[in-house]
Amino acid sequence: MVQKKDYSNVINKIDLVAEKVYNDFKKSEIPSLELPTRSKSNIKFDDKYDVWKYGKNMTERSAKSLDGAYMLLRTMYMTDFIKEMIKVNKSSTLREMYYISEGWDLAKFHTQDESNLLAEDLEVITGCMREDFKLRPEEDGARVIGNLTIEEVTRNNTKKKIHCQDDVGDAGYSIPYNVEKEKITIKSFDADFILAIETGGMFDRLVENGFDTSSRAILVHLKGQPARSTRRFIKRLSTEKNLPVLVFTDCDPWSFRIFASIAYGAIKTAHISEYLATPASNYLGVTPSDIENYELPTDTLTAEDISALKSELTDPRFQDSFWKGEIKLQLKLGRKSEQQALAKYGLDYVTDKYLPEKLAEIGMTKK
Amino acid sequence: MTKITAHDLAKKQKEISVAEFFERNKHILGFGNLTRALITSVKEGVDNALDVCEETNILPDVNVEIKNHEEGECRIIIEDNGPGIIKQQIPHIFGRLLYGSRFHSVRQSRGQQGIGISAVVLYGQLTTGKHAIITSKIEEDRPAIVNEISIDTNKNRADVISSDTVHWDKPTGTRVEVSVLADYIRGKKYVYEYLQSTSIVNPHAQITYKEPDGTVHVFERTSDILPKKAEEIKPHPHGVELGTLIKMAKNTKARQLNSFLKTEFSSMGDRTTNTAIEEAGLEKNFNPKDMTRDQFLALHKAFQKVKIMAPSTDCLSPIGETLIRRSLKNETKEISPEFIITASRPASVYSGNPFQVEVGLVYGGNLPKEEPVRILRFANRVPLLYQQGGCVITSAISSMDWRRYGLNQPSGKGIPTGPAIFLAHVSSTQIPFTSESKEAIADVEEIENEVQLAFRECARKVQKHINKKVNREKTREKFDLITRILPEIAKKTSHMLNKPVPSLDAVITKIMDVVWIEDIVEYEKVDRKPVQTKLPDGSTESQPKQGVITKSRIMIVNYKRNPQKFNLYAIIPKDAIVCLVEPKPSKQTDNYLKWNLDSIPPANKVDIKFELAGLEKGDFDENDLYIENINPTYVIGADKWEGD
Repeated sequence: MVQKKDYSNVINKIDLVAEKVYNDFKKSEIPSLELPTRSKSNIKFDDKYDVWKYGKNMTERSAKSLDGAYMLLRTMYMTDFIKEMIKVNKSSTLREMYYISEGWDLAKFHTQDESNLLAEDLEVITGCMREDFKLRPEEDGARVIGNLTIEEVTRNNTKKKIHCQDDVGDAGYSIPYNVEKEKITIKSFDADFILAIETGGMFDRLVENGFDTSSRAILVHLKGQPARSTRRFIKRLSTEKNLPVLVFTDCDPWSFRIFASIAYGAIKTAHISEYLATPASNYLGVTPSDIENYELPTDTLTAEDISALKSELTDPRFQDSFWKGEIKLQLKLGRKSEQQALAKYGLDYVTDKYLPEKLAEIGMTKK
Repeated sequence: MTKITAHDLAKKQKEISVAEFFERNKHILGFGNLTRALITSVKEGVDNALDVCEETNILPDVNVEIKNHEEGECRIIIEDNGPGIIKQQIPHIFGRLLYGSRFHSVRQSRGQQGIGISAVVLYGQLTTGKHAIITSKIEEDRPAIVNEISIDTNKNRADVISSDTVHWDKPTGTRVEVSVLADYIRGKKYVYEYLQSTSIVNPHAQITYKEPDGTVHVFERTSDILPKKAEEIKPHPHGVELGTLIKMAKNTKARQLNSFLKTEFSSMGDRTTNTAIEEAGLEKNFNPKDMTRDQFLALHKAFQKVKIMAPSTDCLSPIGETLIRRSLKNETKEISPEFIITASRPASVYSGNPFQVEVGLVYGGNLPKEEPVRILRFANRVPLLYQQGGCVITSAISSMDWRRYGLNQPSGKGIPTGPAIFLAHVSSTQIPFTSESKEAIADVEEIENEVQLAFRECARKVQKHINKKVNREKTREKFDLITRILPEIAKKTSHMLNKPVPSLDAVITKIMDVVWIEDIVEYEKVDRKPVQTKLPDGSTESQPKQGVITKSRIMIVNYKRNPQKFNLYAIIPKDAIVCLVEPKPSKQTDNYLKWNLDSIPPANKVDIKFELAGLEKGDFDENDLYIENINPTYVIGADKWEGD
């Protein structure tokens, strides 16, 4: 059966935050908390884990400014709330916490973005994970189809084995928000690689065309920017079963960032990159070169697209020759394209021609 | 062709009566079109009413009524509570052009030439054929006299058509009723604006206006104090023209040139008189009546060459900043402006004529943001409604750069655009109007300079007001932080750790790091015991009925880490009477209170209180505070004292 998690360490770490502020008062110092600067300029490659993590730059949240003081007050309320949840053995969604903050008087949040960000800040400050705080995301994880057997501890505390082709419908196995060992175990598999797909339309196309069987692939639907659980699931599957990960997205700057968050670690969650990022990931497409090579239908880049691309040129994660070349090419083309643009050549083109060619290109399969 | 001789011509040559002349040139007097005719008629009547009341120390109550008859004929009734007019004078005052008491005196007054009201009567007669009806009552227990008069334009004389006596409720007063051809529909708006503007610069007058449809507007009296009486002064040599000089010499009783100059002119003492005579190459014992034109010319030139003291400015009666502010506040109530700021200049002189400029600025509220600012121009308490573009007030405003005061003004020239009203009042013994219709002040350099200086001062005050607001806003955030958020953080952490709540004083001092000065102004209604109040003209008068005490409280908190010791100044309005002050000021003058404060330890507070009487509610609604002997950047809520 499932063993109860020990939260005493979490409580200690939370209390350390309160103590820091309290002691500042005692020492007649302006209360403040320090945390790594969470921005593009402060992420460094970590040789040990092969992922990008926060660097040495620290940001101070000080009661000197109104914003800083609000942040400290909210942090105190949030930590108090987390302690309370641990005590009564409850958990809440991030959205629920946002609504609960309505009762926090001065400390109440104005948007859920504010409360989500502060929860992440608290992870960074304490070195704990969101799950330790008994906070979970709103969004469900994405879907999986492939020759893979998962054992999940269900809400009834029973273990249930699920085969991700035979036991699921066309929508696939739905990744729960907790994908840690106490919740799921990867039992068996028979596949050559994981294919992470950005859009639902393309996921369904590959399922309908039987790509999971014909190419021995485990298909994972990312649902846009993948949730933590999706990235963690891919990470576990890839490292535990030694499977390569191939990422298949639209061709625009936002899709490149999806890839970066899977392969290198996202800027927002760089404090836990080693949990979430899968360094053994490859970008399959659609690349700006594909736009030219496959003569794909395109749209014009918007002003936001262009500034996002330019920003990626200075993003330390995109500094290899492949990305620099592709991003510059896209800026030159001034065009973007979608995965589903491949349908220009028919519904089977993506499975019969495009993907096999791309797989061969990166040396994954026989032609 | 028949030869026309000089004798033939002579048969056609005859005197043109003044009335006849104006009959043909009525545009000169402001009767150029039907809209103007309406406003001019009202204006002349109201000006007369206000002048006569002030002259006789009566707080004016002026009623204006317009009855709109069909076919564009308006019946205008103007009634005052002045002393009335004796029977014999009525036909002269209302029926003779160029008849009046003020033409020969050098003193600030509204009307001067004695043309105004008789011109209205004449205009009415010419356009409607109806006669003016004048009612006058000069003694409380005697009946009023009603005269119907018409003007004989050939003789410049009035004919009394009928004379009767009636009962009139008023103790004394004058009522003028004239029918004139006028465009009421078009002129309506201007009549209202004129009366409203008049009320702004005449806070001591109560003006009631009844429109043809029965609507009544009351422009309330906001001050019970009559304006300082303008003193009559003698002409100043710099302002006198050659012709006038010669005329004065012919009429003088003085037998010698030096006594003529000393008695008939202002600023002419022994020494100045002798220097001027010497400069002109004349002798002081010349009989002025026997002097030649060339001698007068030499004297006139000498006036400009020798140094003569500026004329006395006692003859002026400015409105005063407090009253301008109060009037503007009262008239802009519905606009709820963000602030009203006033400035006044000391009296100055152009060509021997004393003059003084006062200005006011109303900003924000519901004023239109996209329109040019409204400019209210006044000369001797009379609104100037026309020819804004040709007026020196307008050109002075237009040549200033208003962009940095939050107003739009392409290329920094011209009338600015934005939510503001500008007011300028020029008072003078001799307003240099551009024309006889008295609608614009001529382009006199000295006046333009003074108007600009006054508006500059006003603009500086605006800037200061804005800066203060921004600074306070910023510090208020911090205040919020230390008074609300910080204690919450301390409470919450202590609660989480089960520890006592720590003291915050030291942390608060570190966060604020300023000396914080905050003030509140409150008003208290009091049943005033008759308080002896000094009036601007030096006489005393006991304040009537209920009054208001303006209470100002100033709180000083030292949020610096070290003790702070400095001096504080609070500006007080000139018209205010300082009552209670706590603690006792180190110095008190007409316009400020000063405290040499004892050293204030960190996290400590000092309270200062003072009370002002003699002001209405709202006259003083914000303290103007200054500090000395402390780095001004340490202080929020007061500026550096720049000296008296």
